[in-house]
Amino acid sequence: MARVVVDVMLKPEILDPQGQAIARKLPQMGYDGVVAVRQGKRFEVELEGDADEAALERVSKIAETLLANPVIENYEVRVL
Amino acid sequence: MNAARVGIITFPGSLDDKDAARAVRLSGSEPVALWHGDHDLQSVDAVVLPGGFSYGDYLRAGAIARFAPLMTELVAAAGAGLPVLGICNGFQVLCESHLLPGALLPNAGLHFVCRDQRLRIENADTAWTSDYGEGQELVIPIKNRDGRYTADRETLNELADSGRIVARYVDLNPNGSLDDIAGICNEAGNVVGLMPHPEHAVESLTGPSTDGLGFFTSIVKRLVNA
Repeated sequence: MARVVVDVMLKPEILDPQGQAIARKLPQMGYDGVVAVRQGKRFEVELEGDADEAALERVSKIAETLLANPVIENYEVRVL
Repeated sequence: MNAARVGIITFPGSLDDKDAARAVRLSGSEPVALWHGDHDLQSVDAVVLPGGFSYGDYLRAGAIARFAPLMTELVAAAGAGLPVLGICNGFQVLCESHLLPGALLPNAGLHFVCRDQRLRIENADTAWTSDYGEGQELVIPIKNRDGRYTADRETLNELADSGRIVARYVDLNPNGSLDDIAGICNEAGNVVGLMPHPEHAVESLTGPSTDGLGFFTSIVKRLVNA
């Protein structure tokens, strides 16, 4: 059994008000030196078999059609 | 001629399907309840995708509803010219289905917004806006969490240049939508997505105005004259 991670992030040009709200809070908590925060999503996909090339291609397809909306988001697939 | 039949698709989590059906009836057409899990559009003449939180808005608003069984038939029919109006969550489903370009993201202010909103009709030639005049201003309710219309600059320019921005927010942009976009249409003008809720502004007793009726009377006239 293999576990594959899909990281989904808003494209860099798209406003992320949630990330901004987090970044604004940090100095109040005493954490200086953070320039910006971007918030994304992480999915862990468990496979029946090995994370071979065909399986990773299938996960990429899942990421492209459902987990991410390619209009606004980028995704990365990697084996955990 | 018999009354036009306008289908309203109910998904798990739809909220405004009954209000949409009432607006359709008040406008002189017959509402037809459609179920997301069927594969049958029941030969309706037009379809409304209502507001709400289909599938709990899990993952992204509209992301799972897009794969509902009935959406297969709807996407094909919309491509063939069936008039479709997506309101709020329905607009989100239309974008996720790629029937309309762009996407709807969480409001820039991160708050759920619920207010009577002023809009300006920018395109009175679509299947759903022909009863309005270009430049006409309406006041209808808006209520959403994920209403920030976003697309890349190229798409926004193309929408503007081809007259596909159907309505813009006036006075105040409630959700950070780019270019104040409240609604857009596809190239053919039969598919319209709108973030505010015209079905909540069809009777003076319960709405801020009756300005929303025009969307529904537009489609009735279109169908009767077809």
